[in-house]
Amino acid sequence: MEKPLNNKAWFLVLPVFVLVAFSALLPLMTVVNYAFQDTFGNNQFFWAGTDWFEKLLHSDRFGEALIRQVLFSGLILAIEVPLGIAVALCMPRKGLWVPVCLVLMALPLLIPWNVVGTIWQIFGRVDIGLLGHVLYSLGIDYNYTQDPLSAWITVVVMDVWHWTSLVALLCYAGLQSIPDAFYQAARIDGASRWSVFRHIQLPKMDRVLLIAVLLRFMDSFMIYTEPFVVTGGGPGNSTTFLSIDLVKLAIGQFDLGPAAAMSLIYFLIILLMSWVFYTVMTKQDEQDQNRKTGGGE
Amino acid sequence: MSSTSMPETGTPSETTLRTRGRGFPVKALVIVVYLVFLLLPIYWLLTMALKTNQEILSTFNLFPDNPTLANFTVILTDPAWYMGYVNSTIYVVLNTLISVTVALPAAYAFSRYRFMGDKHLFFWLLTNRMAPPAVFALPFFQLYSSIGLFDTSLAVALAHCLFNVPLAVWILEGFMGGVPREIDETAYIDGYSFPRFFTRIFMPLIAPGIGVAAFFCFMFSWVELLLARTLTSVDAKPISATMTRTVSASGLDWGVLAAAGILTIIPGALVIYFVRNYIAKGFALGRV
Amino acid sequence: MARIDLVDLAHSYMSNPASRADYALKEMTLSWEDGGAYALLGPSGCGKTTLLNIMSGLLVPSQGRVLFDGRDMTQIITEDRNIAQVFQFPVIYDTMTVRQNLEFPLRNRGVPEAEIKTRVAEIAESLHMTAELDHKARGLTADAKQKISLGRGLVRQDTAAILFDEPLTVIDPHLKWVLRRQLKDLHRRYDFTMVYVTHDQTEALTFADKVVVMYDGEVVQVGTPEELFERPAHTFVGYFIGSPGMNVLPCRVEGSTAHVGGQALDLGRGYAPPAAGAKVELGVRPEFLGLAADGQGCPVTIQAMEDVGRYKIARVTLEGHPMAVVAPESARFDGDRARLSIDPGRINLYVNDHLVEGSL
Repeated sequence: MEKPLNNKAWFLVLPVFVLVAFSALLPLMTVVNYAFQDTFGNNQFFWAGTDWFEKLLHSDRFGEALIRQVLFSGLILAIEVPLGIAVALCMPRKGLWVPVCLVLMALPLLIPWNVVGTIWQIFGRVDIGLLGHVLYSLGIDYNYTQDPLSAWITVVVMDVWHWTSLVALLCYAGLQSIPDAFYQAARIDGASRWSVFRHIQLPKMDRVLLIAVLLRFMDSFMIYTEPFVVTGGGPGNSTTFLSIDLVKLAIGQFDLGPAAAMSLIYFLIILLMSWVFYTVMTKQDEQDQNRKTGGGE
Repeated sequence: MSSTSMPETGTPSETTLRTRGRGFPVKALVIVVYLVFLLLPIYWLLTMALKTNQEILSTFNLFPDNPTLANFTVILTDPAWYMGYVNSTIYVVLNTLISVTVALPAAYAFSRYRFMGDKHLFFWLLTNRMAPPAVFALPFFQLYSSIGLFDTSLAVALAHCLFNVPLAVWILEGFMGGVPREIDETAYIDGYSFPRFFTRIFMPLIAPGIGVAAFFCFMFSWVELLLARTLTSVDAKPISATMTRTVSASGLDWGVLAAAGILTIIPGALVIYFVRNYIAKGFALGRV
Repeated sequence: MARIDLVDLAHSYMSNPASRADYALKEMTLSWEDGGAYALLGPSGCGKTTLLNIMSGLLVPSQGRVLFDGRDMTQIITEDRNIAQVFQFPVIYDTMTVRQNLEFPLRNRGVPEAEIKTRVAEIAESLHMTAELDHKARGLTADAKQKISLGRGLVRQDTAAILFDEPLTVIDPHLKWVLRRQLKDLHRRYDFTMVYVTHDQTEALTFADKVVVMYDGEVVQVGTPEELFERPAHTFVGYFIGSPGMNVLPCRVEGSTAHVGGQALDLGRGYAPPAAGAKVELGVRPEFLGLAADGQGCPVTIQAMEDVGRYKIARVTLEGHPMAVVAPESARFDGDRARLSIDPGRINLYVNDHLVEGSL
């Protein structure tokens, strides 16, 4: 059914519009302002054109942070999505254990991000942490404060610990929407476990899965607090991701111009990705709609 | 379900027919291993919170030798610590209220009407959910300083609206879409005014949706640190900031740090417990 | 194709059923003949779907055996039973084309490619779906989807029986007739054993050679549509089948006479005196009653006349008990007094809801 056209509906959206404009548009304009200007302090600004952007795009620092960021997000997706699906598939479908699993799995999602960092900072320490101590006792050379590889592993495992449940819960919700009849039909058709996954479960999960990938990509791309607490971006710059670098630049060094230019590029990358996801998602919906109205015998 | 690998051919009389058997519970094992992986670091934090600093640093044991609540006492008696919790709670509640209140009418508009620029507006709202807080940290600092809101709970609550309002609109719109439009029309025919219809009839209908939206607003505001830390210094300092500063200052008071961490997990755990029956539904909409 | 026997079958969803009420399916022994078309009729929650799931192996019964051509299949898993099932809501594999959907059960069983091709082509032809074979299944209408579900059962040559669980629920009313017609043709052509669950009596009666009526977990009658109409074995069958349902009146029986209040009715047959305390009722179809302004018969009060087109239904009370009477379209009555005549041979006697036979 088509929704009625009513421009008065704008009045209902107005509060949201004003609020978000205030907290998003105004600051964004400030950022744009800084990005094209230079200052020697005392609030005097000069038009700097695209200098900052050119410098930034040619700087090794930004390039390296970007590569680290892409690598990190890629790793996170490659681990968390399959693992989340596997966990969702193994969840009980009904019964007493369902709420228990749900509550325990949601727990990491509700821990403040800096506490997540603290938990892993402690857990991974060789002297007082269970993980670090056990690895050390096994003779594995693990020390996240000194060794970049250890630091990377810690940060990735921490993120897996923190966010896999989100993927799992989303997939589980998708799986729950499959009526029993589908599984029964598959058994009658003699489908293998893999066929059931491939032809029934995966298609029913595709929408939530897309959202899960989108969210995990976005959030891992903006990750700041957890690695900041655990490694502070180090050792060296080995775990300095884009957000950490940006905050260092903006608040640590107060380099407003470069920081603003970096903010804009950073934001544009994310915006571009979210636009791609959004288009893919809505296109799929539209196709379904068209098929429903135009299809049939 | 019994495991089948190779398809069998032929008629039933030629092949052995398989009976139902109980296989090894692989699924249960996976879940148990995963839950242990989730709980172990939290457990470790808990044992540390129950140990003295001396025990933490001198011996390595899985259970505290002499469990002590001393670390918790430190936090609950020192205003510098416990005011952190109070401040966090204030801005989280404030943010949840603001977000849900403004999102309700907007979500109604998106779910019921077409209007000029509706699709663009919706997408623009969603992009704010995607905006890295780091990008906004500095401009927010300047914005709220210039209007005299710096270091207040309201500043943090408003800043968190950046990502929570779009989220609340998105979740609520999904729930509202599930309410048939005939209900609105019937109410208007029965002579209800819009505000009366909205508060008396419509809101009770989407109560679970409001719950889910509030839950996620609460959650994202509670866990965020970057903006909360940037926008406060003394008076409105949230617990998460208190914790990071303690690390850098004393650096070694692990017991108190662990206890503070445990105390931040409790509100989240309580909230999950209360909304446990709605979690799956909220996720089912795929709108987080 | 196979004959299916259910022997001493009962099922409870509880792990330790204590009383009879705990059983979703009460003990029953029932046979489905090879190639028969059966309808399983009953209200929602009477155990129809449970019975179906036991036959397809999705459920293992708490007790009793399921035999396919005399072979015990009770514990055998669904995949090896050669049962096909069409569900209430269309179950199709969304991501596949119609052809892939139809091939799916054969591929899973490792049938040779050439045979898959010919079978699928043949089934598509009989379903009138050859033109849509390469369409994506997800965009099809509900009735086309249901045909594919059926097709997946038909492609397997060894299918013992096809079970239908209210398959027309989501189909538009005008298409229901078309699909029923096609299904009947297919049954004639392939001669499969067919068990068709429904709560719609028209559907059951037009379809089936034999109708199995279930009520509260029990099979209360197995019979042809005529038998169900003329000699309902249980008062529920009387109520449930026919529109309006059978009139059931409490009565007292002495030999071949029934007393309803102060009225004595001739039963045409002699009955042994029922046990003391038993619930005794007589049942008579509205179609077998006659209503006249005066003359012979029991005095009744007319409450209302409903004109349903080709005939009228008179709502009357006999000694205070409400009854329905089918009267001709031309029937007119002045006032609310009338005389009711009953054909003695058409009266059935029920003791504790079950039909008892009398002797002439």
